[in-house]
Amino acid sequence: MNKLIIYGGFLLFSTLIFAQEETNIIKKDTTKLDEVLVINRRNLSNYRQEKTLSSIDDFLEKSNQITMIKRGNYAWEASMNNMNSDRLAITIDGMQIFGACTDKMDPITSYVDVSNLEKVSIGSGQSGSENGHCVGGGIDLQLPTSTYNNNGLKTSIDLGYETNGNYKTSGLDLEYSTNSFYLNTDGIYRKSDNYDAGGNQEVLYSQFEKYNISLQSGFKLDANQSLDANIIYDRATNVGYPALTMDVSLAEALITSLSHNYINNTTFIKSLESKLYFNTITHIMDDSKRPDVPIRMDMPGWSDTYGFYSKATIKENKHNVLLNFNGFYNRSLAEMTMYPNDPNQPAMFMYTWPDVRTLYTGLYAKDAMSLNAFETVSASLRLGYHKNKIANEVGLESLQIFYPDINHSKSRLLTSFSSDYQWKKNLFDITFGLGYGERAPTVSEGYGFFLYNSFDNFDYIGNPSLNTEKSVEANFKVNYHKNDFKIGIESSYFYIMNYIIGNIDASLSPMTIGSNGVKVYTALDYATIFDVYLNTSYQLSKAFSVNGTIGYNYGTGSNNEALPLIKPFLYVAEFNYNTTHFNAAIQLEGNGNQSKYGSFYGEDETPEYAILNLNFGNIFYVKNHKTVLKYGIENMLDNNYSTYADWNNISRQGRNFYINLSFIMP
Amino acid sequence: MKLKYILPILFISIFAVSCSSDDNDSETNEIEGLTLVQELTNATHTIELYNATGEFLTGYNVISIRVKDNVSNAYVENASITWNPVMQMTNMSHSCPKSAIVKDSGKTTVYEGFIIYQMANLDGSGWSLTVDYTINGEAYSATDTITVMQAEKQNVTSFTGSDNTRYIIALLQPQTPKIAINDMVVGLYKMESMMSFPVVEDYTITLDPRMPGMGNHSSPNNTDLTYNSINGLYYGDLSLTMTGYWVLNLKLLNTQNEVLKGEDVTTDNIQSSLYLELEF
Repeated sequence: MNKLIIYGGFLLFSTLIFAQEETNIIKKDTTKLDEVLVINRRNLSNYRQEKTLSSIDDFLEKSNQITMIKRGNYAWEASMNNMNSDRLAITIDGMQIFGACTDKMDPITSYVDVSNLEKVSIGSGQSGSENGHCVGGGIDLQLPTSTYNNNGLKTSIDLGYETNGNYKTSGLDLEYSTNSFYLNTDGIYRKSDNYDAGGNQEVLYSQFEKYNISLQSGFKLDANQSLDANIIYDRATNVGYPALTMDVSLAEALITSLSHNYINNTTFIKSLESKLYFNTITHIMDDSKRPDVPIRMDMPGWSDTYGFYSKATIKENKHNVLLNFNGFYNRSLAEMTMYPNDPNQPAMFMYTWPDVRTLYTGLYAKDAMSLNAFETVSASLRLGYHKNKIANEVGLESLQIFYPDINHSKSRLLTSFSSDYQWKKNLFDITFGLGYGERAPTVSEGYGFFLYNSFDNFDYIGNPSLNTEKSVEANFKVNYHKNDFKIGIESSYFYIMNYIIGNIDASLSPMTIGSNGVKVYTALDYATIFDVYLNTSYQLSKAFSVNGTIGYNYGTGSNNEALPLIKPFLYVAEFNYNTTHFNAAIQLEGNGNQSKYGSFYGEDETPEYAILNLNFGNIFYVKNHKTVLKYGIENMLDNNYSTYADWNNISRQGRNFYINLSFIMP
Repeated sequence: MKLKYILPILFISIFAVSCSSDDNDSETNEIEGLTLVQELTNATHTIELYNATGEFLTGYNVISIRVKDNVSNAYVENASITWNPVMQMTNMSHSCPKSAIVKDSGKTTVYEGFIIYQMANLDGSGWSLTVDYTINGEAYSATDTITVMQAEKQNVTSFTGSDNTRYIIALLQPQTPKIAINDMVVGLYKMESMMSFPVVEDYTITLDPRMPGMGNHSSPNNTDLTYNSINGLYYGDLSLTMTGYWVLNLKLLNTQNEVLKGEDVTTDNIQSSLYLELEF
C-alpha cells in the first residue's frame, strides 16, 4: 500500500512535468554555475530547507548536487558528482581544514554548525577550485559577512525536539552592532540517543552529543577598511558510529581567523580581503562502549593547519576578475594502540598517519567577461605547489617496510583550469563548460598505514609514490523557462586519469582480525563518471508550486568494473503551499534499485526505496518579536530502508516527528 | 704535493699520541655505559665482566672484560684471553656457543666477546665461567660460578634436526627492535660435542614473523637469513609493522635445501616448532 501511494504520487507528478512541456511563454531567469545554499534558517522557505535547527549535514543533503555518506547519525561525509571528500576541496570560508580521523569519521563539515555559517557555496568540478585543487568540486562553508547595521542588541533563541532518538537541540544567538563595530556570538547544543529505523528497530551506537560556540567580531578602521576576527569551538562527545567498529569519545576543533577587508569602488582593485588562520583538531576514536571486540584499541588523531589567503576582485570594462593567492601548512598525525587479550603481551602500537606535513601555495585567477547582452565567457586557472613530508622517523621507517626506496618528502606542481560559455536569451539559457584539474593524493591515500575500512572489510596501505590524479571534464546545462514553468537538464562527464583506488595485494597479510585482506592504494589508468539530471518546477498558483528531479549516474573504471558509491537512479518530487505566514510541503524521494554496484570493490546491491516527508512552517509576530515554528513528519510511512550511501547498509531513521521553535527579539 | 699526505699522517699521530698518553681519563671512559656483572678473582688478578644490563640472561650476551692487576690496581693492556662457560647438570656438563675474545676496538683495557647461554636454571645456578689468559708469556686462570637467568622471551633455542644433529639458534639482532625493516642477525651452531659448538656454514634459515595477538598476521618484505662467511653469522631482513609481541617462525634448511627443523605457518599450524620471540 505504501509503495502504491508513492508510485501513484510519482506518476502523477511526472505526467504533470511532461504535460507542461507543451506550452510556450517567455520568462527570464538567472543561472549560476555555482549553487549557493543560503542558510536563512529563521525564514520560511519553500524549497526543502525545512528545519531551523538542521545540522550542516542536513542542509547539505538537501542540495541536489551533494549526497551525504553516512556512517551513523552524525558527521556525514559529503560527496559530489559521485566523488567523496578525497576528491573535493571543502573549506570553511576559504580556510583549509582537514579532519583528524583516518576513517573519515570527522569530515570537516562536522566541526561547524548552522549557527556559524551564512551560506554554502558549491562549485561542481573545476568551478569549485577557487580555494583548492579538486576533481569532483568545491564546497565553501561561508561565515557571515560583517554587519555594521547599527541594530543594537538582537537576541534569538532556538529550541528543537525530535521524537526519533529523543533528539534535543537548543541554540542562542546574540548580535550587537553599531555603525563601526559588531559582535556576534552564538552557541548550539545537540543531544540524541540511539535512533530507531523503520519498524521501531533501534540502531545501536547511533547516539551523539555536541556543542558549538562561536564568536565573530569586527570593527571599521575607516570607510574602506575593516578588521574581522572569528573563533569557532566545536566539541562532540560520545558519538556512536553504528556502521563502524569504533566510536568517538571526543571530536574537538578550534577554528580561528583574523581578516582585513578593503573595499573601494573607485580604485582599480575593488576589494581586497586578506586572512590569516589557524585551526586544530583532536579526534579520539575508541571502542570502549562495544561489548564484544576481537581486540581493544585506541586510535587518536590530530590535525593542525596554519594558512592564509589574499583575495582581490577587479572590475574593468567587461571583465570581472578574481584573484586568490593562498597557502597552508598542515600537520596530520594519527596512531593506533591495541591491547592484546593476553594481558602478558605488551600493547601494540603504530603510526597510522606518520606525522605528515603538507605545504601548499597557489594562485587562482578567474575572469568572467560578458561578450554581449546574451553571452558570457569565463575562464579560471589555479596553479599550485604541493609538498608532503613525513616528519616522524618511525613513521617513515614503517612505510619503508612496504616501500623501501621512499624518501621523506614528495612535491608536485598542480594545475587546474576551466572555461565556460553561457548563452541566455528569451526562453532558453545554455551553459557549456570544459575543465582540467589535478589533485594530490590525500594523507590516507599517500601515507595511511593499516587503515581498516569496514565498507569492504580490508586494511588499506597508503602509497607515497602515487601519481597526481588528473581529470578532464565537460558539463552542459540547458534550461527552458515559460511563465511559471521551468525545465532544465544538466549533465557532467569526468574522465579521470590515474584514478586513485585501493587494489587487493594478495601477498600482504591483514592486520585487522577478521578482515578480508590488504588493499594498497594504486591508480586505475582511468575512470569515467557521468551524471545527468532533469529538473522541473511549476508554479501552479501564487501559493502552490511543484518541483521534481530525476537523475541518473554512471561510473566505471578502466578495468571495466563499476566504481563504488555511484548513485543509482533517483527521484525527488515536492508539492508546496507557501504564503508569507505559513507553508506546507510534502516530499517524495527515492532511489531505484542499485543494479550497477561496485561488487569488485566490496559494495553490495542496495534495493530501491522511497519515503514521504511532510513539513509545515508558521511565522507569528507579537509586537516586534518574531516567532518561527517549523514542524513535520519525516519518513511518514516508517519505511525501513538504507541508501547506497549508507555505510554497511545501516538503516536510516524511521518515522520522526519534529518541532523547531525560534524566537527573534530585535 | 707531499704535504697533503704528510699533514693527515701528522694529525693522526698527534691525535693517537695525545689519546694514549691520557690514561687516567680513558680508564673511566672505557666502561661508560657498561655495568659490572661479576668479578672473577685469583691470586694475581681480578677479571671484571661487564655488559649493558649488569646481568647474564639466556641467549646472546655481549661481554666486556678487564683484567686488573691486584697489586698495582692497573688494567692489563696486553693479555690474550680465552674462556669456557660450563653448565653443570646432575650427571653431565656441557658448554655453549661463544666467540673469541678480542680487544675492543678503540679501547686499551677492554676486551670483548659474546657467549650464548642456551639454557638456565630457574634460580640462575649451574653455570660457571673459566677465563684463561696469558700476559707476557705467563699463563693464568680464574674461575667462578656465574648467575644466568632465563630471558623473558625465547631468544635462543636448541633442537635436534632431522639429521640427528643438535643445533642452537640464537637471536643477535635486533636488540632494540623498531617499527621498520630491521637487520636481523642470527647465530647458528652445531653441538659437535659437549664442549664444542662450531658455527654452521652455508645453511638457510627461512623467516616468517607473526603476531599471535593480532590474528597471527605477518609482515611484508622479510628475507630469509643467509650465511655471511666474514663473521660466521646469518643475516636477513625482519619487518615489524607495529610494536608488541612477535613470534619469528623459522625453518632450518641445509646446503641441499632439505628442511632440518620447522614448518610453514598456515591457518591450521599457527606456529613453527622452530621459532624465536621478541617484544618491544
